[in-house]
Amino acid sequence: MATELHAVEAERPTAWRDPKIRAIIYQAIVVILFVLFAVYIVHNTAVNLERLGIASGFGFLEQTAGFDLQNDVTGYVTGQGTHLDVLISGAINTLRVAAVGIFLATLLGFIVGVLRLSSNWVVNRLAYVYIEIVRNIPLLLQLLVWYIVVILSQPNVRQAINVGDGVYLSNRGLYVPAVVPEAGFAAIPIALAVGLVLAWGFARFARKRQEATGQILPVIPVNLALVIGLPVIAALATGLPYSFDYPELKGFNFQGGWWLTPEFTALVLGLSVYTGAFIAETVRAGIQSVSKGQSEAAHALGIKPSWTMRLVIIPQALRVIIPPLTSQYLNLTKNSSLAVVVAYGDIVALFSGTSLNQTGQAVEIIAITMLFYVTISLLISLFMNWYNKRMALVER
Amino acid sequence: MKYTSIFATASAAVLMSTAAFAGTLDDVKAKGFVQCGVTTGLAGFAAPNDKGQWEGFDVDFCRAMAAAIFGDPEKVKYTPTTAKERFTALQSGEIDVLARNTTWTLSRDVSLGFEFIGVNFYDGQGFMIRKAMGVKSAKELDGASVCIQTGTTTELNLADYFRSNNMKFTSVVFETSEQIRTAYEGNRCDVYTTDRSGLAAQRAVLANPDEHVVLPEVISKEPLGPLVRHGDNAWGDLARWTLNAMIVAEELGVTSANAAEMKSTSTNPEVRRLLGAEGDLGSQLNVSNDWAYNVVTMVGNYGEVFDRNIGPDTPLQLDRGINALWNKGGILYAPPMR
Repeated sequence: MATELHAVEAERPTAWRDPKIRAIIYQAIVVILFVLFAVYIVHNTAVNLERLGIASGFGFLEQTAGFDLQNDVTGYVTGQGTHLDVLISGAINTLRVAAVGIFLATLLGFIVGVLRLSSNWVVNRLAYVYIEIVRNIPLLLQLLVWYIVVILSQPNVRQAINVGDGVYLSNRGLYVPAVVPEAGFAAIPIALAVGLVLAWGFARFARKRQEATGQILPVIPVNLALVIGLPVIAALATGLPYSFDYPELKGFNFQGGWWLTPEFTALVLGLSVYTGAFIAETVRAGIQSVSKGQSEAAHALGIKPSWTMRLVIIPQALRVIIPPLTSQYLNLTKNSSLAVVVAYGDIVALFSGTSLNQTGQAVEIIAITMLFYVTISLLISLFMNWYNKRMALVER
Repeated sequence: MKYTSIFATASAAVLMSTAAFAGTLDDVKAKGFVQCGVTTGLAGFAAPNDKGQWEGFDVDFCRAMAAAIFGDPEKVKYTPTTAKERFTALQSGEIDVLARNTTWTLSRDVSLGFEFIGVNFYDGQGFMIRKAMGVKSAKELDGASVCIQTGTTTELNLADYFRSNNMKFTSVVFETSEQIRTAYEGNRCDVYTTDRSGLAAQRAVLANPDEHVVLPEVISKEPLGPLVRHGDNAWGDLARWTLNAMIVAEELGVTSANAAEMKSTSTNPEVRRLLGAEGDLGSQLNVSNDWAYNVVTMVGNYGEVFDRNIGPDTPLQLDRGINALWNKGGILYAPPMR
């Protein structure tokens, strides 16, 4: 007996055999190898850059860029703007496309995803055909097609279609009259902000009221009245403090007004139609993941079908939809870097395209661009994770 | 600053990692072909023909280098590059030489780490516009939409020209010349600007070339030439003297047709040195002594290459103009081969 016990004790693992210690050793080896690899790459690059006589550093950001920017909205002045201004203009253009694209893709995706489950055979086949065609053709080709369609489907600028009062459509884009603020204009955006806050407050109040008493208040009409009505009242009260700047055909192009370029349109259309197809599938899967018993139970309780969808199905489906939706948003943002094929000036086209070419600082510029995309992607992820937590099942 | 640059270096190191740079000539000899960067397709300068073989004015320079090194102009592999990619491709060692309508400028020569080996085409930037617009001069282009290729000196010249003439323009910037052509033909822009040789090439492939006109103004100097990486002087020398040999051959009247005869019968010492009948010019360059003979017989002299690809009898219909030899009214002048 005693000897057996002794034998068991002797089998206590040595340090090398101890799985915990071994795990630490393996991890240390991996970390050391990774650090060595990184040091090797950095050193190698630095030495080669030096030997090839390629300038390095971030001083180029202060240099005048000297070229014109397409689609600029930052007020860049050719000949005065620096490469830093180019970076900012490109970054803002990327964000503009991503924001509009995400909005439209979500809208399209939710509509098509619901239609895909329609009991109407024609509607549900149409949604199916759209999803399958769009998902299976490379985005680059779709963008080129959209661009050619947008340009070639519209008339030459000289035969621009006059859609309405000062609204012109041609292959140079859509021109609409610009709103020029005059004294007292600030009242309108303030009224809009007040309207939004009040609408939010009323929605909250209505929900509390319904939870407490069961009484249902007309939230949507009241809120629409608040958001639209208040700014209109403000505009009338201050005597319409704005005028319009109408676009006019002068020389080669329209001058004045607001201008929606074909490049922006093509890129946004291409991105949102493409991503919308993926979102539609996500939405369909999410809705189908909600057990049929849920809608049956809702029907049994006498809840209206439209309410069943809004109050029972969608909230449960969202828990399944949001995580893959996040990655679709990230995809759309990153895919916007294909902008250059439709001549749109995003950060890749302007900064890691033209600026890189004029300065030759590939390493620095690519690093900044990567940092930009990483930051944007992380911000989108953070927001979506927060939203996901809010929507997650709260167990009581 | 130090840490940020280390970070930057680390992040993009993949771009540059471990290409072997030293001794390009030896590397080329060892792998058996010249890796030559050309355009993605510009009629007359570099474009694949209907058999899929690359041909054109710049392609012939690549072929001349292969002829000088291997005695076989076919030993070239082509890498089509956009204006934007071309410099990174050369810096990283992906290509050995870049023959791609590239303008020789100080900053490209110095801070990008290249060596321009000469000028094979003296060009200048111009504007093409539809005849129907009735524009006679570039000074009338105020407010125009201008189609332009990204990553070129033309982008800078355009901005400078409009600024100095107090005119406004909207640029529509594309990556390849094919995209520009589509946009220009689709009337997305009023004006197409690039080097005048490029305009001639693009005009030739438009649906109705006669409906378009190249305006008379030349707004910049664009000396186009092949380039190699800075610091590899043996390789740069070979490229430089291959170009010079083609110019000198034209000057001496040596053509692909008569080179064999002249090599054996000529008494002109300059011709004999060029063709390797006497002297050791080839071995000084570390290639065989009949290198220039091979270049001329297999590819042709400068004039032949010009006429074959972009001259008056081609769709481009370019005159020699300032690209004529110095003793024929142009500025093409090669140092003596001795």
